[in-house]
Amino acid sequence: MSILVNKDTKVIVQGFTGSEGTFHAQQCMEYGTQIVGGVTPNKGGQEHLGKPVFNTVKEAVSQTGATVSMVFVPPAFVADAVMEAADAGIELAVIITEGAPVKDMQMAKAYATKRGMKTIGPNCPGIITADECKIGIMPGSIFKKGRIGLISKSGTLTYEGANQVCREGFGISTAVGIGGDPIIGLSYKQLLAMFEADNETDAIVMIGEIGGDLEIQAAAFIKENITKPVVAFIAGQTAPKGKRMGHAGAIISGGAGTAAEKMAALEEAGVKVVVSPAEIGKAIKEVLSK
Amino acid sequence: MNIHEYQAKQIFAKYGVPTPRGIVANTPVQAVANAQELGGDIWVVKAQIHAGGRGLGGGVKLARSIEEVRTLASEILGMTLVTHQTGPEGKLVQKVYIEEGADIKDELYLGVVLDRAKEMPVIMASTEGGMAIEDVAHDNPEKIIKIAVDPAIGFQSFHGRELVFGLGITDPMEQKNLISFASKLYKLYMENDAEMIEINPLIKTGKGEFLALDGKMGFDDSALGRHPDIEEMRDISEEDPDEREAAQYGLSYVSLDGEIGCMVNGAGLAMGTMDTINYMGGTPANFLDVGGKANAQTVAKGFEIILKNPNVKAIFVNIFGGIVRCDRIANGILEATKMVDVHVPVIVRLDGTNALEAAEILQNANIANVVAATDLADGAAKAVAAAKQA
Repeated sequence: MSILVNKDTKVIVQGFTGSEGTFHAQQCMEYGTQIVGGVTPNKGGQEHLGKPVFNTVKEAVSQTGATVSMVFVPPAFVADAVMEAADAGIELAVIITEGAPVKDMQMAKAYATKRGMKTIGPNCPGIITADECKIGIMPGSIFKKGRIGLISKSGTLTYEGANQVCREGFGISTAVGIGGDPIIGLSYKQLLAMFEADNETDAIVMIGEIGGDLEIQAAAFIKENITKPVVAFIAGQTAPKGKRMGHAGAIISGGAGTAAEKMAALEEAGVKVVVSPAEIGKAIKEVLSK
Repeated sequence: MNIHEYQAKQIFAKYGVPTPRGIVANTPVQAVANAQELGGDIWVVKAQIHAGGRGLGGGVKLARSIEEVRTLASEILGMTLVTHQTGPEGKLVQKVYIEEGADIKDELYLGVVLDRAKEMPVIMASTEGGMAIEDVAHDNPEKIIKIAVDPAIGFQSFHGRELVFGLGITDPMEQKNLISFASKLYKLYMENDAEMIEINPLIKTGKGEFLALDGKMGFDDSALGRHPDIEEMRDISEEDPDEREAAQYGLSYVSLDGEIGCMVNGAGLAMGTMDTINYMGGTPANFLDVGGKANAQTVAKGFEIILKNPNVKAIFVNIFGGIVRCDRIANGILEATKMVDVHVPVIVRLDGTNALEAAEILQNANIANVVAATDLADGAAKAVAAAKQA
């Protein structure tokens, strides 16, 4: 089963013919993802990477039956692209682009939700179901097939987390990079519920960071709803207050959103919390041998 | 990006948000001229730096004569102001704002920020103006009212009613004034892609008018491209020179107090690396994210910036290559060691795409000072050991 995407998922690429879109669409196809076409306005009718290009998402959907879109358009056009996808009946938009204005994302997310379209990102590595479907920019080879679900705000920590899990002899069912921007699509809560319901997932790794309170909400949700073991790491235990650590979200302000606070809430919810990403694999081994 | 109070008030004025009249000055002579131009018999001399708590730090003073304006402006210009938001090193004051005195009957708080949970802007207001809002939020959270405004409908009359009744304002004239104030503030927040606006205090005058006595604004960096007028307000002297230099090369750098320099790809892994160093008994000297496009030049620049910090005793390069190919980073490190004199041990962990080729490149080059690590834990342990030996 896995969650959200699998070998049968049909994917289009918005921003298909751009350099980033081209490179990563190709990588995804090599991984085995069913990229069925793409959208670039005014290039409709052409062929790119052996797949058809359409002017609009509506056309692409009606011609290919795609249900998922991978979004690579430049930051200023992200909101428009996401709303177009929602309007065309796409079920899930995976937004890779970094630097989309926050105001735009408020509008796009609200519209997507109204239309029943799920979103992942922006500013994220995407989603991968090991050996079946990769929609994003992560190196596929790290994600060995297995039964551990992974949710992470950070891109490279998604890789590190998967790597640690696989080194201990486990593997990944589905891994989702949710992004660290102020407005994001699917978050811990929804994804935890999906992994809980997935019969191919035995345990969940949750990687968070300082700033905001998504991890605190997740802790409350885990306490009430999640029976599978969860291992968590929160990046930024050593980050000073008031300094922005790269991600827009990674800032501690007014004592809220510290790593200590989040770790305590997760521990209280029965989560196995580790202090370094290097401990993730061992922790999975420990919780699964109980 | 943040701007100064006087700049925020220029934006307020453009939208009809009432403020006391004021003019910015770079010198005491200019400050005196400004006070004369404003007229009246009382002025406020306010240090312009990007930090709160200026009053408590001695950066905001009342002048009751033109002579006093001159004296206070001379004192404040050039002083290093230390507040709870500047850090112990403080900030150099290069501009003062000369403002007319105001008739203060009541002090309130009004702000607009993004509510991440609701995914829309929220207007925050409190009767406890003039105090640190963080303290109010902590000690008396019931004294802060929050009104989320859905951008799809914008600021409506009912939002205004929630605001004035929430603050206990009963006079119809005062209600009208404050609702008009808040609606303009919301409009300018949205139209300028602001990240936050904070007015503390918002004052009520004896006549029942509301004035922004202070004004803080921050903007969404991702949206600055469509606001050239705001971008022009950038004051680079307010930014850390090392952080700024790093940004020009696509690096994200924050200096810290420890001994181990870090160079990592990705913000999350960079923080995770700092945490691991800490866990192993060492102290990180910086946060440095080289981003997704690291090459020889950016790596060299990274070394250069890290090594400017005299406390650095070892450097830990931790790269998990996804888009970034490890062999390129390895070559980058080799190039960088030729461009920059790296006089401390460098521990290198390269994993992910083309990691094997990278290991070979480093091994063949056999540079003194460069030590390979097999994984995150190994690298952090070696870096901590190297720093302790130094």
